[in-house]
Amino acid sequence: MQQAARSTIKAAATNDEAIVQVRGIDKTYGDIEALRNVDLEFSRGKLTTLLGPSGCGKTTLLKIIAGLVPATAGEIRVNGRVVTGPGPERAFVFQDFALMPWATVMRNVAFGLELRGVNAAERKRIATHYIEEVGLVGFEDKYPHELSGGMRQRVGIARAFSVNADVLLLDEPFSAVDEQNRRKFQEDLLRLVDLEKKTFIFVTHSIEEAVYVSDRIVLLSPRPGRISQIIDPKIDRSASPDDIRRDPGYLNTVEEIWDGLRHYVD
Amino acid sequence: MTIFGFRVPMMASLIVWAILWEIVGRLDLIFLIPPMSSIIETGVHLVQTNSWQNASIITLRSFAIGMALAIGIGVPLGILMGRFKAVDNLMGLWVNMFVSAPLSALVPVLMILFGLGETTVVVTVFLFAVWIIVLDARAGVMQVPPSLIEMGRSYGANGWVLFSKIILLSALPEILAGIRIGLIRGVKGVVIGQILVSIVGYGELFELFSRSFEMESFWALTIILFAAAMLLSALIETFEKRIEYYAGAR
Ligand SMILES: Nc1ncnc2c1ncn2[C@@H]1O[C@H](COP(=O)(O)OP(=O)(O)OP(=O)(O)O)[C@@H](O)[C@H]1O
Ligand SMILES: [Mg+2]
Repeated sequence: MQQAARSTIKAAATNDEAIVQVRGIDKTYGDIEALRNVDLEFSRGKLTTLLGPSGCGKTTLLKIIAGLVPATAGEIRVNGRVVTGPGPERAFVFQDFALMPWATVMRNVAFGLELRGVNAAERKRIATHYIEEVGLVGFEDKYPHELSGGMRQRVGIARAFSVNADVLLLDEPFSAVDEQNRRKFQEDLLRLVDLEKKTFIFVTHSIEEAVYVSDRIVLLSPRPGRISQIIDPKIDRSASPDDIRRDPGYLNTVEEIWDGLRHYVD
Repeated sequence: MTIFGFRVPMMASLIVWAILWEIVGRLDLIFLIPPMSSIIETGVHLVQTNSWQNASIITLRSFAIGMALAIGIGVPLGILMGRFKAVDNLMGLWVNMFVSAPLSALVPVLMILFGLGETTVVVTVFLFAVWIIVLDARAGVMQVPPSLIEMGRSYGANGWVLFSKIILLSALPEILAGIRIGLIRGVKGVVIGQILVSIVGYGELFELFSRSFEMESFWALTIILFAAAMLLSALIETFEKRIEYYAGAR
């Protein structure tokens, strides 16, 4: 009972303030049907997580929203405009970081700006700010292979912030990071969400991570990926990280998602 | 290398072999092997002669022109093969056939086609060097991580910008590795080409020395060639290491 009171379950997500609209998306790769008829809306300024079993099409959906992969059917709208390819209002954070090994941290962070034709002084100013924000001061002139996995992903995140996009798309950004650093990352992410007032679409495998960071969680079914459940965790985020992880709302939402996923595992 | 706890540079083993050679030479066992000291002495005289200097200039020129062609054609061709399936299908068979073919056997055919002169040597250098350069450039372009290309696209890069800022730089270590092996093969090409043509550059000198049994000069020239090839290889390797460092652990 308590869990029903703590979280709202809706059949479909609609919101007047939807910045990203996903309408009737189908995706097939040859014979493989990855996504079937996905309808979804993402609210401005919120962090929404896509959660689901491996191979259910989370990355595919994120890349379709990014304009990197074409959908087989349906359309994506961002700020009301139909997506036909990548655009400056969206930025992607890659699971494997996708850093240029021949470029320094500074150049990697500024790369999005470089491609947009921003002049060198301005690039440096903006990149320096975000390098500071993700805690990499002193590493500006290092190369990616001189950094740990966690630090590399901080570079990827700083690069995405630097271009000042409205929507940040993150594909399992912390999956290559060890457990202790992962918690630190989650806390940092919440701080950045609060600070930057941007819309985040986040993909993860971890239920705990999803519940900890999300305003809304979209559960996808196994292939072909469809929306199976939408959960809005009601958690007091002003509490300390440890208190949040002990919060009954947090624990109940984790339990609820487990129940939702259990019949796929069996 | 360490001997009895002392660090000995790799070059030291060369000295051991040189001393052994000197002893065999002094014993006067084989006419083919004069003492090392007289070879070196002859070498010092040789490099001061006009004929050696002219031969060296011709050799360097054939090598440089042949290599410039091999790199200028090989790198773009390899990149095109890596990027476009149609080019790969069209050229793949030939490149794979020639990269391991015994090319020396082709030189007599080249002599018929291009005459007994520098052109044949240039073509030989080109044919020895170009295939591995093509294959490595192709491999480099094909190994660019897909996520790096998606990253570029997601920040708005396309066409030429994507190619020059991401694909080319990502493939650079492999392209350079191909050029290094190509240069070493090119040295073989210039020597084999000149010897078979035998009236140009070092080929003419080798022909002269061996016909008149000037073994000291013959060995001096051989050693100069070997040293030059090793020096060239070492030079490229140091250059390559610097690039590899930037490219990091891939
Ligand atoms: N380029 C592709 N070509 C063919 N099939 C693909 C391609 N990309 C993805 N797929 C298939 O589509 C399905 C969905 O893949 P996707 O990577 O989106 O899943 P995911 O939910 O991100 O999985 P994971 O949790 O393992 O990252 C998978 O079955 C996958 O094999
Ligand atoms: Mg995935």
